[in-house]
Amino acid sequence: MTADVELDRVSVRFGGFTAVEGVSLKIEQGEFFSFLGPSGCGKTTILRTISGFVEPSQGAVRIGGRDMRGIGPNRRPTALIFQSLALFPMMSVADNVGYGLRVRGVGRRARRATVERLLALVALSDQGGKRVDDLSGGQRQRVAIARALAVEPQVLLLDEPLSALDLKLRQHMRTELRAIQRRVGLTFIYITHDQGEALTMSDRIAVMNRGRIEQVGDARSIYEAPQTGFVAGFVGETNALPGRVVAVADGEAEVATALGRFRGRNPRRLMAGVAAVLFVRPEFLHPGGGENECAAEAVDLAYEGSVTHLALRAADGTRLTAQLAAAARSAAPAPGARLRLGFAARDAIVLPPAATDA
Amino acid sequence: MRSAGTHWVLLLLPFAVIAALWIAATLERRGGPGFVRRNGAVVATYLLLAVGLWALVMIVLPQISMVELSFRPKLPAAQMGGPRDVYTLENYRYFLFGSTVSTAHWNVTHLHAFGLTIVASVLVAAFDFALCYPLAFYMAQSAPPRRVRLLLLLLIAPYWVNEILRAFAFRIIFATSGLLNTLLLGAGVVAQPVDFLGLDVGMYAGLSYAYLLLMVFPLYNAIESLPHSQIEAARDLGAAWWRIHLDVVMPYARPGIASGCTLVFMLTSGALAAPLVLGGPRSLWFTPIVYDRFYQAFNWPQGAAYACVLLLACVGFVLTVLRLSRLSLGQITR
Ligand SMILES: Nc1ncnc2c1ncn2[C@@H]1O[C@H](COP(=O)(O)OP(=O)(O)OP(=O)(O)O)[C@@H](O)[C@H]1O
Ligand SMILES: [Mg+2]
Repeated sequence: MTADVELDRVSVRFGGFTAVEGVSLKIEQGEFFSFLGPSGCGKTTILRTISGFVEPSQGAVRIGGRDMRGIGPNRRPTALIFQSLALFPMMSVADNVGYGLRVRGVGRRARRATVERLLALVALSDQGGKRVDDLSGGQRQRVAIARALAVEPQVLLLDEPLSALDLKLRQHMRTELRAIQRRVGLTFIYITHDQGEALTMSDRIAVMNRGRIEQVGDARSIYEAPQTGFVAGFVGETNALPGRVVAVADGEAEVATALGRFRGRNPRRLMAGVAAVLFVRPEFLHPGGGENECAAEAVDLAYEGSVTHLALRAADGTRLTAQLAAAARSAAPAPGARLRLGFAARDAIVLPPAATDA
Repeated sequence: MRSAGTHWVLLLLPFAVIAALWIAATLERRGGPGFVRRNGAVVATYLLLAVGLWALVMIVLPQISMVELSFRPKLPAAQMGGPRDVYTLENYRYFLFGSTVSTAHWNVTHLHAFGLTIVASVLVAAFDFALCYPLAFYMAQSAPPRRVRLLLLLLIAPYWVNEILRAFAFRIIFATSGLLNTLLLGAGVVAQPVDFLGLDVGMYAGLSYAYLLLMVFPLYNAIESLPHSQIEAARDLGAAWWRIHLDVVMPYARPGIASGCTLVFMLTSGALAAPLVLGGPRSLWFTPIVYDRFYQAFNWPQGAAYACVLLLACVGFVLTVLRLSRLSLGQITR
């Protein structure tokens, strides 16, 4: 049986509040798929819908082509790793990992073999007898993964599993999770509000906002070719210049903004006259000239090793940021200096404004 | 009369203990931030004095003198402190053999009542646990907060009525011409009224109800702090609902279970009102017997011995529960 997960126009309502609205997706078997979005946008709700703790108010969840309606979390081929991990404190590490097998009536000997194999997989072979509370954060994390894998799920659901860890450990666990996923070849559905995490780990990412999916794609297309103003603003740093389209030609649009007229790519084929926002990332904003030019005053410089962040203010008060690579540092202006900034039209993108709250 | 020496010891003992506590506190103050530094000298002294006096005067001294009394013979006032006032086991002998001198026959009535009281108290504790666990779990994990408040109020309100009146209320329910019989007769379930009181149904119902709250609250407290995600995790791993309770909730709530069961057991085995008011003519609960030793037989030493036997049984029960649940005393009083 294949284990692709399909969400078909899924909506979830709590009372009068719509937490998830009309989400349709197909997640392929063996894929590392991430949901990325701000707090409260409905990520956890989607995961709980897939795992069976929440029934969709509308639409259907299908796993391996089978409609999951009415099938409880204990009978779905999914395993959920909770944000809090939810390890059982009164059981040893090995008992935690073996719990899913125990409730399935697997005998002690078979269970021990599986537990040992899984503890080896997550590099905790000699820790089986310990109490869960005696482990470090990263070790607990891996116990949770082993416990979920023990029941041989076809889909592993992870709800911000790394958010409680410190930066170093988080980076380490990212690589580790990815490695485990490659080794076991399972479908991983991963939730995060950390875009770095989503971009580095995922095969594909769904960016969510207010219960809806804004865009689905691989890291590159999400970052380089955002389809909505929300995605452009949420993923990565960017400068947003709102205005109105005045002319379109050759897949590019010219936008009149408070800082002047600029040209940028026009993937959504906006027509002249509509409101739009021009986005340009800090790394594409250079001191000096370019196809598009504007004037600004340097406010602050923040040196960060490989790059230097430059905070700027335009004449009308609009704040801009630019990023200077180490090689261009000699060109860095002093705070207070007035300078001209330029960027290429292909490095800017023109999108409709993010939908405001209805 | 007893020798003057005994009185002096009894009078001086509290002060000696307080002095010892005071010295301990002083030492602790020297050794860095301690009890005194945290609370200030005045408050610390007050706490030590108040708690020390409370523990001593209200608990330790009466118990010690009760134990001491249980080893004395019953004598007319004139002979107390006289040559016949020596330590003896005769009161305990009476409990076992029904006579202060002979060991020929067992004291069947009293031993039977004692055994019955212990066994019935264990059963009452178990029954209360079975009754309260689902309720406590519902309140702690599934009910919306408003309903929890309502349930708590409903649970507590009957206890605003005093114990004796509550026992009489049970009498009204279970009497031969009482509420329950009227209902059963009216519904045609029984042809003759059932003698619930004679069958001790009334007494056991009253005993089970009397200390119900002391089971509900420890359980509720213990279960409430269990993160709901653990229950969901167990479910997600495929556990059936009863396994979740056995494997996750109950082990987690162990301190609350132990504390509820020991409290209910101790108070039930020592209950007086329910057995007196609701006991049938043939029922023999142990506490009324102890009461009779004191106030019917006017044999205080014998009453003290009986009370000590009951106390020992309670301590034994608590220790057994602690051993079974692998907890320390500190953990269940949390
Ligand atoms: N059981 C519930 N009852 C009512 N509202 C709920 C319930 N569960 C979630 N919500 C609401 O649904 C919305 C989405 O919640 P959800 O937990 O899915 O957000 P999230 O994207 O996971 O956020 P975060 O990143 O903070 O975890 C929130 O506004 C939340 O208040
Ligand atoms: Mg969440």
